[in-house]
Amino acid sequence: MAYNLKEVVKKESRLVSGHRMCAGCGAPPAVRGVLSALKEEDNAVVAVATGCLEVSTCIYPYTAWNNVSFIHTAFECAAATLSGAERTYKALKNSGRLSKDKVTKFIAFGGDGGTLDIGFQSLSGAMERGHDITYVCYDNGAYMNTGTQRSSSTPHFADTTTSPAGKVIPGKTQQRKDLTEIMVKHNIPYVAQTALFGNLKDLYEKSEKAIYTEGPTYMSVFAPCPRGWGYPTDDLMEIEKLAVNTCFWPLYEVENGKYKVTYKPANKLPIEEFLKTQKRFRHMFQEGNEWMIKELQEEIDKKWNYLLMMEEVTNK
Amino acid sequence: MAIRERLSGNEAVATAMKQINPDTVAAYPITPSTEVPQYFSNFVANGSVTTEFIPVESEHSAMSACIGAAAAGGRVMSATSSQGLALMFEMLYIASGMRLPLTLICGNRALSAPLNIHNDHSDSMGVRDSGFIQLYCENNQEAYDNTIMAVKIAERAKLPVMVCYDGFITSHSVENIMLMENDEVKKFVGEYTPSEYLLDEARNISMGPLALQKDYFKFKVELAQAMTKSKDIILDVAEEFYQITGRKYELYEKYRMDDAELGIIVLNSTAGTVKDTVDKLRNKGIKAGVIKPRVFRPLPYLELTNDLKNLNALAIMDKCDSVNGYSAPLFSEITSAMYTASLNVPTVNYIYGLGGCDVRESDIVEVYNNLEKIAKNKKIDKVTHYLGLQD
Repeated sequence: MAYNLKEVVKKESRLVSGHRMCAGCGAPPAVRGVLSALKEEDNAVVAVATGCLEVSTCIYPYTAWNNVSFIHTAFECAAATLSGAERTYKALKNSGRLSKDKVTKFIAFGGDGGTLDIGFQSLSGAMERGHDITYVCYDNGAYMNTGTQRSSSTPHFADTTTSPAGKVIPGKTQQRKDLTEIMVKHNIPYVAQTALFGNLKDLYEKSEKAIYTEGPTYMSVFAPCPRGWGYPTDDLMEIEKLAVNTCFWPLYEVENGKYKVTYKPANKLPIEEFLKTQKRFRHMFQEGNEWMIKELQEEIDKKWNYLLMMEEVTNK
Repeated sequence: MAIRERLSGNEAVATAMKQINPDTVAAYPITPSTEVPQYFSNFVANGSVTTEFIPVESEHSAMSACIGAAAAGGRVMSATSSQGLALMFEMLYIASGMRLPLTLICGNRALSAPLNIHNDHSDSMGVRDSGFIQLYCENNQEAYDNTIMAVKIAERAKLPVMVCYDGFITSHSVENIMLMENDEVKKFVGEYTPSEYLLDEARNISMGPLALQKDYFKFKVELAQAMTKSKDIILDVAEEFYQITGRKYELYEKYRMDDAELGIIVLNSTAGTVKDTVDKLRNKGIKAGVIKPRVFRPLPYLELTNDLKNLNALAIMDKCDSVNGYSAPLFSEITSAMYTASLNVPTVNYIYGLGGCDVRESDIVEVYNNLEKIAKNKKIDKVTHYLGLQD
């Protein structure tokens, strides 16, 4: 069925209002968007790593998780936790303790801390073992739940509370770890990078593929954080758009090794357009710091060209 | 009909697991319990169990996957030792906090550093406050029996259970043991029907919430109460087990304690050495006895103190150290129980066998000799002794 936003929003939401995530945060719409790709008749077990999403959506005795079963165990092990649930689903199905015709899908959500850093091993293990699960990283580029400390996903030069832009050190001195590419190297059937872009078609279609592709699949969703990044809450969608149109956050997918860049901006914007919307990059615009913007632009161009090259090479 | 078999401790436990046929096993190899998942993988590969086996990439993930599996509604087991158990530490509290009845086999081994693969009890004692029921086993038969009982105890108590036996000494030594018939085990453990689980088709649930102060406190008290109540469950399950096998299990085993004046409390395989020593001392007219706790969590503090009251001197032996400038855990907890029971028996702590150092009958004789002296003088020389330490 062709994507139709009006139809999709009519589906019952699986993450409902009442949760305590901040206004202007990218995570809740990302989660709702991913789960909206579930067929209405299908159920899901959702595992969430410790982080903003978890502490704000399931505070005893309340839960904002609707029409799915939810589990949280600890910070670094959403993937391992989910892998146990997924195998038990098989065991219970095989022994006839669950009905044959009902389908349950297994989806994990983690922030970039719980995914790229502390949860990296657990994720890598689960992907390598081939569980039929979808792991979704909502990437806001820092440890936001503890107050914006740097992560390996924090952009180069960004100001965080543990990579502060100081007089001697200009913010984070390292480039981002590229987990999406690392996931591709796990030889899993589907890897995608998406964002809350436009009418959410990209997010929906990739989520649908990820959830309904048999085997382990991974998605990284761009999820801005108003408090950590320093932007007015209603700028969320604008920032998403700029991230995509500057190619800071390319939209692409890798299906059985074949790359596809799912959106190519007609007019690729300079990175400043994205940077200037957020306080975390403010110091990059100070006099004498032009080199930072130049260096970051070079890094972004390099990655973009790499993706275009991979698309060409893998589709020959 | 019971079956006589010659099996190592690990084989005996793996055999019990085969007969239990759990839904899910997630494990990561570590000496000396490696053989358990190894044997079990063979059972899976050859179709003698229908279990889903998850060969995880670490013990942290092993316990995480077990938690996910148990939360999903499965009967779940795992095995580990030493560093593996230490790596699971965080998740052990989550398993018990979520009241998940999984069974964890622990082939006891020393903790690094320095690296040492041999037996002591530093690992399971290090997680003694994790909310796991802990069962300790003297030999292969007990390891087999306790593994089967653990599943039932866990599910009734809604608490995870750890079955601990000595690495190498028990895990790798081959002994003649009696096995139950497959059908007997199947019937004994029964079908597992969790009351709340993720895959319940009748309703979706949320598990593992954030709980603020008042709720958190309440949950923790409920956990503590469940641990207290599990004592009766453990005894009930032991009675049911006795009816089938004729093998009797209690909270602890008393050996020649009825008229004993000098007592030792010791866990696991060393209890065998102590029993032999007691027999020899008895022949010389020395009234020695020994208590071997089977259940350390929950601590049977009331029963124990009652059985210690006629002693003239007591040595509590720990195969680990708390490194607290005072004494080791078994000693600290039991003497604390004695104090609250107003029981004043002169008691000393012997820390022995760290990193698998052999404990011989001569070492045990040395302990009883000291107890004789203490009984005569009615006071202890010093609290903590290191037994069998060589230059």
